Amino acid sequence: MTEYRPRYAGTVTKYVFIESPDLTPSDLAIRAYEISEGVMIKETCFGLQITGKEDEVNKVIEELRKSDPSHIFVKDRGFPPGDRRRCRANLGGARPGFFGHECEIGLVRFVTHGLEALPDRPAEAVGHPPCPAPEKRLDLYKLKKIIEKEES
Amino acid sequence: MAKVFIYPATSLILSDLVARFGHTPLSAAIAIREHVQTAGLESPPLQITPEDPKKGLKYAAVEVPSGVRGRMSLYGPMIDSADAAIIIHDADLAFGCMGCARTNELIQFLLKKRKIPILELNYPRTDSEGEEFVAAIKHFLDGLEKSA
Repeated sequence: MTEYRPRYAGTVTKYVFIESPDLTPSDLAIRAYEISEGVMIKETCFGLQITGKEDEVNKVIEELRKSDPSHIFVKDRGFPPGDRRRCRANLGGARPGFFGHECEIGLVRFVTHGLEALPDRPAEAVGHPPCPAPEKRLDLYKLKKIIEKEES
Repeated sequence: MAKVFIYPATSLILSDLVARFGHTPLSAAIAIREHVQTAGLESPPLQITPEDPKKGLKYAAVEVPSGVRGRMSLYGPMIDSADAAIIIHDADLAFGCMGCARTNELIQFLLKKRKIPILELNYPRTDSEGEEFVAAIKHFLDGLEKSA
């Protein structure tokens, strides 16, 4: 048993994804460096990872969002950047969580469209989103009949 | 500001929309961050210690595999503290081993059992669905503000 000493204790890490025709991750990184005050910024192929005190990280993200509000998406990350348990440099292959991001990043363009169309909708208009179809389950009496048929 | 549990708990889209419309998303990252930032004995990779499956006993019976109980020790307390939930049903990214599959079923069951406001939907696959998707989530979250 070895002692576990967490790195970057007391900080939060957030992913900033950019899916924009006008802005690249490097543009966003330059903007982030300009406004960052002590937070750690890591540029990635999809956007940024920002690590630091929660207030400071939120402040940077708030400013970054202004660059392209409907094309920037943010989520929390559990591990700090470069953590050996998650970093691709140590593990090889795709980073755990990559496939989830790959799946959703293909759909964010529809969400972007929704965000851009939102101001034109009446405030009280209820959305009718795609809903899960009700599952068709086997009727109990039908199942009983099948069992009886098999037994006879 | 309400705490909104999101399912899939790693969803980028839900996490962003909930935070964007002024609420707190309860996602897997929050629970994992708490584990990996707590000092103690090394228990890689997620710092799930033997204590965690015991905590999971509150949500799943002892004969349930320890993997489910370990996962529930992360998700269970968040479900307990959630004021509302948003569930996406056709999320391929929620796919996993039997431990994940059973945990996913249990999460949805526990959320429904709590009788908190729940919005259930599918991912948008067209622009018009995207419009309705975002509008429905905004309407749901605005409603939480009024009821709070």
